[in-house]
Amino acid sequence: MSELTRAIQETAQKLLQNKEVELVVGFAEGSLPLRNTPCFVRQPEEAQRLVWGYGCENNLANYLRQRPEKVAVVAKGCDSRSIVELIKENQIDRNKLVVIGVPCRGMIDRKKVTRLLAGKELLEAEIRDGQVVLKGKEFSESVPLEQLLHDTCLTCQHPNPVLFDIMMGEPVPVKEADSFVDVANFEVKAPAEKRAYLIQELSRCIRCYACRQACPMCFCEECFVDCSMPQWLSKSSLNVQDNVFFQAVRALHLAGRCVDCGACDRACPMGIDLRTLTRKMVKDVQELFGYTAGVSLDQKPPLAAPINTTSPATFNQDGR
Amino acid sequence: MLLNKGQLTDWLNQLMQAYQVFAPIKEGDYFCFKQINSGDQATLNYTNSKVPPKEVLFPRSEKLFCYRCENDGVQLTEQIDESKKIIVGLRPCDAKSFLLLDGVFKSDKYHDPYYLTRRNNTVLVGLGCNQPASTCFCTSLGGGPFATEGLDLLLVDIGDRYVVEVLTDRGRELLAGMELPAADQEAKETARRVKEGAALSTQVNLEGLKSKLDVIFYDPIWDLIHEKCLGCAACTYTCPTCHCFDIVDEAEGNEGCRIRNWDACMFPLFTLHGSGHNPRPTGKERFRQRVMHKFKYFVDNFNAIACVGCGRCIINCPVNLDIREVLAEIQGSEVRSDKQ
Repeated sequence: MSELTRAIQETAQKLLQNKEVELVVGFAEGSLPLRNTPCFVRQPEEAQRLVWGYGCENNLANYLRQRPEKVAVVAKGCDSRSIVELIKENQIDRNKLVVIGVPCRGMIDRKKVTRLLAGKELLEAEIRDGQVVLKGKEFSESVPLEQLLHDTCLTCQHPNPVLFDIMMGEPVPVKEADSFVDVANFEVKAPAEKRAYLIQELSRCIRCYACRQACPMCFCEECFVDCSMPQWLSKSSLNVQDNVFFQAVRALHLAGRCVDCGACDRACPMGIDLRTLTRKMVKDVQELFGYTAGVSLDQKPPLAAPINTTSPATFNQDGR
Repeated sequence: MLLNKGQLTDWLNQLMQAYQVFAPIKEGDYFCFKQINSGDQATLNYTNSKVPPKEVLFPRSEKLFCYRCENDGVQLTEQIDESKKIIVGLRPCDAKSFLLLDGVFKSDKYHDPYYLTRRNNTVLVGLGCNQPASTCFCTSLGGGPFATEGLDLLLVDIGDRYVVEVLTDRGRELLAGMELPAADQEAKETARRVKEGAALSTQVNLEGLKSKLDVIFYDPIWDLIHEKCLGCAACTYTCPTCHCFDIVDEAEGNEGCRIRNWDACMFPLFTLHGSGHNPRPTGKERFRQRVMHKFKYFVDNFNAIACVGCGRCIINCPVNLDIREVLAEIQGSEVRSDKQ
């Protein structure tokens, strides 16, 4: 990890020094144990702030839309896949982006750590030889790293960036094909059971929209939940059905675009399982269209409207 | 007085006969304040709740009144919640937040009957913090792990018993019929040691912060400090002192209700005018507003900082934008004149 950190710092410094980019978006040390935090570097000497670690869980593609300046971004596999989709959706200008690819060994899920420590507070953590040493007041526990990784990382098929200009370090081995066991388990449930599960999970939703804001692909200028004319769903949280409706539309809107980076799930302060819905979409799109979001710049998104731009007569004036 | 932990369930069951009792209960991996219908649901072995108990007095969504349009006019029914409530096991920082919210909902110009009726009918039983979290910084804001301000009773956990500090007559009434023994010398001594041991690891320097904020509205610091903020409301919705709201009518056919919902300065919609103009068009202005409201405007209006140092915004921020670091950065910034 320290080698990757050094490589990222040197690359960022060079890019800024040579004025190849005006900004580098990466990660810095966070203020909490096992946490890194998005970091924006504009001066070569500030590149020292950049780090790489098991807490670089945020999807940095979120910060790249409609940037006026030339930007370099530190991208792990999932970030790079979001970048691919955003380029296809004209949200990122490829010519103004330098992708510093970083092979990813997975990120640590702090919720799993919290669950494991069952009330004890984590004050310090150390990672060595595949073990995470968790330390707090009067305790120290060693846990295999694999046990603490995010579920998204455990099924990830693209730990190595799919799109990059400069690659840091050696590629990491890719795991066996994703079997979507979790989604299959959800699929076999009776409709009433599925409904009950979603209602139970989403009854905790406080409508803070952290899921929406953390998602690189949620960039509508006006989100349907904010629209008041017409009002698609109630603004109040009195009715849990509306929380379900919000997430159902969000998941459907992300079908064929979601790279299963887990950013929504990680952002939710209430620990709601949002991934079951988004993963169901990922699986359906793979099965129905043979499409995996974000793996290729050339492959057309399956759910993009098949508009023939050379024959405007396809639509009449009313847009029908 | 002394309350055996084994007596807690019975006491809560007894209180439930006359009050709605709200207590921390475990929900998934977190604790939340919910109305309990049996004393054994309460779990007082927690560090801090995910969402503060402010939602008991200021719900996420509440009906203000309902209406029905009829041939000869409109029928209105006001929805004021007059039930008697107790919040058990809230932390001293959360109790302090109610004192701050009081200023907002009870001013010279306006008394908010919805909040104030609940407030007046709610008794607060606090629980001191034997082990404050590393993200807690209440002492920097004039509070403390065993501060009693705003509470009616304070429970001090001394192992198998609580030392109950009676702070108001309303608090004393809750113990009627319990015939609790007075705290003996040993219990008092243990309580003293527990209090001394509850040291906070974080201090935030607030000295001179207000006078800095008074003059840095146009400072370039805001261009950078907000950059990683996603613009979600995880911080404000889990903050015990944030109190902004939006009011909407939800109607179907001839009838509906006027509903007050939590809103957040972090959303672009919060300040969007009907004209389409938005005076806080980007994350920069919105983030500045959040900091300014807590540490400057609230001080101007109520002579108090609208932060109690509970640390929830630090724990819940999806990008680890830590308010302690933000304040430190502001403190270190060069003071400029308030001119563009």
